Amino acid sequence: MVVNCQDVWREISNYLEGDVEPGLRLALEEHIRGCKRCAAVLNGTRNVIELYGDERMAEVPLGFSRRLQHRLEENMPRSRRNFLGWIVVGATASLVAGVLGVARASIFGGTNLRSQLAQPGNGVPPEMQVVVSKDGKIFHRPGCPFILDKAHVETMTAHEAMREGYAPCVRCMKQYLSSA
Amino acid sequence: MPGEATSTDPAVQDYEEKLICRIRDGEHELFYELVRPYEGRVYSAALSIVRNEHDAEDVSQEAVLKAFRHFRQFRAESRFSTWLIQITVNEARMRVRKQYAHMTEPITDHKKDEEGNYTPRDFADWREIPSETLERKEVRQLLAEALASLGEKYREVFVLRDMQHLSIEETAQTLGITTGSVKTRLLRARLMLRDLLAPGLGGSWSSRLSFEKGTKPW
Repeated sequence: MVVNCQDVWREISNYLEGDVEPGLRLALEEHIRGCKRCAAVLNGTRNVIELYGDERMAEVPLGFSRRLQHRLEENMPRSRRNFLGWIVVGATASLVAGVLGVARASIFGGTNLRSQLAQPGNGVPPEMQVVVSKDGKIFHRPGCPFILDKAHVETMTAHEAMREGYAPCVRCMKQYLSSA
Repeated sequence: MPGEATSTDPAVQDYEEKLICRIRDGEHELFYELVRPYEGRVYSAALSIVRNEHDAEDVSQEAVLKAFRHFRQFRAESRFSTWLIQITVNEARMRVRKQYAHMTEPITDHKKDEEGNYTPRDFADWREIPSETLERKEVRQLLAEALASLGEKYREVFVLRDMQHLSIEETAQTLGITTGSVKTRLLRARLMLRDLLAPGLGGSWSSRLSFEKGTKPW
């Protein structure tokens, strides 16, 4: 199968979603390898998804939480268990946070992430095979379209990747992000 | 937002399910605790659609109140976060419809043929992901401005799929359109944003962030 630039631009979104047939996928990748324009479009589109998908884009204004909470309180029936409820919630939340913190510390062994801004993984199966770019900061599932430098990737276990400070990809490893 | 929990995390999911049961049993005051991890996403979805900070906060509050009032209708087979975002998007869309109801011109951009091919305008390479730049408020502002410049139908699909991480099917269901339309609009939205951002992000952002207010760097 041979594809041209128009075919690539039409399918680029489906390609990044992993929603193209294997034959078409191979043809698209072969074309992109030899076409600087299409490679630029692919990289840029992938970056758009990455940037806008980042949780830092979901910043709330100062005082937003307090005002929202106040509005809710004004509009809900009072309960006798109010005070007791908050104590229980607070204790449960602290317990969950503590357990997660301990688990994370035992998994990572206190390793510093290569990127200070990346989010550490949580519950990644240690033996899972992942790939990393030599000079990258992120580990991915094999075949993830968000791997940047595919020519210089290395396969290792998730445990090794985390020990070396790599953080999980926000797209292909989304379910393992601790703060997504 | 750092520190926010994800409803796909089993520990968080378990905690959420317990909260939901207790709220259904009458502990209404726990509802904010259920909403709290997603309030950033709620505000961001509202802001992307109404494009005005004051209205976005008002829409967010209305959406959370509506979710509280209709909490009995929430079905546990779907994620609470998805349900909340769907309510928020509908609330935001209604707000926009009301504001523009008196106008004769539609606010959506119908001039472009949705089914036609989209040809990228710029081919500047943009290999590096400058995710660190998101720490800068100016950069987040630039991204928000680029998104706000898209036509409504493209913006809505992009917000639901790429910012709120709803599936293609959930996006289609929320907007009342087919999955085919979601895919077509998503493609255009992504390519248009790349065209808008690539010249600025292609290596020159870090040195050009001192531009004057109101002047886009691309």
